[in-house]
Amino acid sequence: MPDKPRLTRGQIAQRAAMELPNGAYVNLGWGIPNLIADYLPKNVEVYFHSENGILGMGRRARPGEEDYDLVDAMKVPVTLIPGASFFHQADAHLMTRGGHLDVAVLGGFQVSEKGDLANWKIPGAKGSGGIGGAMDIAAGAKKLIVCMEHTTKEGAPKIVRQCTYPLTGLACVDTIITDLGVIDVKPEGLMLREIAPGWSIEELQKLTGAPLTSLGRAPEIKFV
Amino acid sequence: MRHKIHASLDSAVADIPDGARIMFGGFGGAGFPNNLIQALALKGTKDITAISNNCGTHDGELGLMFKNGQIRHVIASFPGPHSTYFQEQLATKKVTLELVPQGILCERMRAAAAGLCAFYTTVGVGTEVAGGKEERVIGGKRCILEMPIHADYALIKAETADELGNLTYRLAARNFNPIMAMAATATIVEVDEIVPAGSIKPEQVVTPAIFVHRIVQAKGVRYAG
Repeated sequence: MPDKPRLTRGQIAQRAAMELPNGAYVNLGWGIPNLIADYLPKNVEVYFHSENGILGMGRRARPGEEDYDLVDAMKVPVTLIPGASFFHQADAHLMTRGGHLDVAVLGGFQVSEKGDLANWKIPGAKGSGGIGGAMDIAAGAKKLIVCMEHTTKEGAPKIVRQCTYPLTGLACVDTIITDLGVIDVKPEGLMLREIAPGWSIEELQKLTGAPLTSLGRAPEIKFV
Repeated sequence: MRHKIHASLDSAVADIPDGARIMFGGFGGAGFPNNLIQALALKGTKDITAISNNCGTHDGELGLMFKNGQIRHVIASFPGPHSTYFQEQLATKKVTLELVPQGILCERMRAAAAGLCAFYTTVGVGTEVAGGKEERVIGGKRCILEMPIHADYALIKAETADELGNLTYRLAARNFNPIMAMAATATIVEVDEIVPAGSIKPEQVVTPAIFVHRIVQAKGVRYAG
């Protein structure tokens, strides 16, 4: 079973990009979410928010074009789209916390069946760890999508009954997109919406630490 | 006119005593008061409580002050994987850390600036940052009580100041600077350029002069940056 093909990180990002409605204000976190901007469908225009006070962030700066006063949350030089704006960090997080962003996409270490998220510190890891904007974003986004691999490198489920890693937020995740499926967090539990090609629900369940339900057979993930 | 312009970086930081609580602006390499940090490093002020988003990048930004052993306590949201000196000193307990969600760091400073005594938020409920904080349910949501963060000094970076202390910022180098300017007893700004009063259009002022106490033109003066 571990030999079966899974979605690549790029494909997870591509599938997540399909969740963004036209015209949405969107914040993308570190890791896989940061790849999403490269996969936007042609007919969809979204406005990217950055926690350091940018709305209307464009593509990454090309060599020679970099301006280090214009960087994203990962310190990467970026560009602006026409109609972009700057504001200070408090207003940037007023947008994250206050329910002004339509969608936020974060990376994750663990997500519980209740939608609790752990994404800022690995227990026992060296160093201070860092929260950054994750807790504000988790608490306030209208819709929170988490993109991550379905299992750890050692094969342990990252979708669990209860998170054992330090928490970022409680009951904040709406949708989980992994290399094996698209799963919605519902009050009644985890609902498998789509599954990676070639995988069965039973196989997926074995790699998931909490019960999955689905309406009949979950369709395979397809890319438009 | 109030005279806020200092001729040198050294004079702008001359009275900062050991044990001061100091806010430092900047995020992601942009908008750090690197010249004021150099001046404070040279002065050798010790036992500082530093309030900043992160803790430097190797020798850069606040890294220099950690390298010099000048900082004792940190309030930050994302110390950063490249905050080498800070991480070493945290591991050996030479510095202590209060980790705060980034937006809550902003709001706690803004609460101090606004004369608010505290506020409730859903951010951090059920996580490590809720430890020891009062919790109550408001509007059906679990919330924790967060206290203001005030500082004796804010060291910030802006692009342009007029003689009165009205400030504008360049691109995303704005970040924490305008918030910190409002939350400290004495705000010291380093700028690329000082212009006559009236040169900045009133509707384009980002930080009004009332929040700015000392101005120093730093670009190309003495230190790099």
